[in-house]
Amino acid sequence: MAVPHKVVEIMDENRALVSTGGVELEVRTDLIEGLQVGDVVLVHAGFVIEKYNQDEGEELESLWEEVMQFASGR
Amino acid sequence: MPQVGDLRAKMSSLLEALNKWLCGPITVMEVCGTHTVSIFRSGIRTMLPKDVRLLSGPGCPVCVTDQAEVDAMVSLAKKPGVVLATYGDMVRVPGSCGSLAEARSCGAEVAVVGSAIQALALAESMQDKEVVFAGIGFETTAPATAVLLREARRKNVKNLSVLSLHKLVPPVLRLLASDPTLVIDGFLLPGHVSTIIGTAPYAFLAEEYGKACAVAGFEPLDIMAGIVEIARQICGGRPAVRCLYGRVVRHEGNVKAQELLGEVFRPASVRWRGIGVVEASGLVLADDYSDFDAYSRFGITLEEVNPPAGCRCGDVLAGRIAPLECPLFGGSCTPQFPVGPCMVSSEGSCSAYYKYSSKGVSPWGA
Repeated sequence: MAVPHKVVEIMDENRALVSTGGVELEVRTDLIEGLQVGDVVLVHAGFVIEKYNQDEGEELESLWEEVMQFASGR
Repeated sequence: MPQVGDLRAKMSSLLEALNKWLCGPITVMEVCGTHTVSIFRSGIRTMLPKDVRLLSGPGCPVCVTDQAEVDAMVSLAKKPGVVLATYGDMVRVPGSCGSLAEARSCGAEVAVVGSAIQALALAESMQDKEVVFAGIGFETTAPATAVLLREARRKNVKNLSVLSLHKLVPPVLRLLASDPTLVIDGFLLPGHVSTIIGTAPYAFLAEEYGKACAVAGFEPLDIMAGIVEIARQICGGRPAVRCLYGRVVRHEGNVKAQELLGEVFRPASVRWRGIGVVEASGLVLADDYSDFDAYSRFGITLEEVNPPAGCRCGDVLAGRIAPLECPLFGGSCTPQFPVGPCMVSSEGSCSAYYKYSSKGVSPWGA
């Protein structure tokens, strides 16, 4: 399963050291561009497959708004 | 970081919204095996309204690997001078003549890797052997196999080949959506496959088949939000593909990974366990990489093989039956002594049912 990790060190153009729960792991970064130390990334089978965005995404936000409007109006 | 109380309140609001928006019985297939496990672990099944039926789909990579593909792996592992490398869950799946684990106990060389790229290091360190990487999994793991092959070619490694067993999610969803004997109103779409392919490849589900769809993450709130969204689409008569996992899924997906897949592989029709041949649903090596193709290097052809007697994994994967309806479930087939792959894999539906279905208590107090 893919798990979020934080980038600790950029080792070279295709490798980085990442950490989760105090455990460090060397991963491949071939599938991602512009990775920086401190980025939170999704790691699957030893590869970074995506960088996390800060926000949840518009569609989840809009669903939450509707749910919360409903909840506050009950 | 949200506190437990916030999470409980949010879950409660989602449940209330679901009950309000639900207009009748609906059936939702959670496609991904990780969703299946998370749904059980978080107790979501136990708190859903009775009108919401969840079906587990063909999203466990080990489970959908066909019996003939397992047999090919075992037969390769038994060849003198061959080291068969693959991911851990695959090793215990029973083939027609035993599993990779059993072959290893009889002297076959089977290496478990956590990453495809480790097969390259194996090949470089064992130059008197032929290392075969059996690449299983969907769009999430296939890019790693592509990197392995590109790197092997760059380094001119000759004793490595790939048995590509990779499968693609949208074609099998088309098959399920178009099957009139299956009742599926909506799909909870896999989060991490979508990280790679984006959301556009699912559009046909809503546009051609009228299925409600939500891409969701794997936390309990993510999953419940996905179910609420699907219910809202169904009951509002507005099927669509909505992405509720914007944290890591972009509309266009991971373009770099897609380009790599396009360079190294080409789509082919392949057989899924219990589902049969699905058009353009697998990845085989592109002509430029045919030197690394284990099928041609070792003369392997995949013939149709019957699954173990009584095993209903295929029907479980297609959503035709629930694991509890399989006559072998919990009797002759258990996680300790599995008959079929759905009981072997940590993401398998049968394994999840076996581990969690008896608990029956929601940790959310709903």
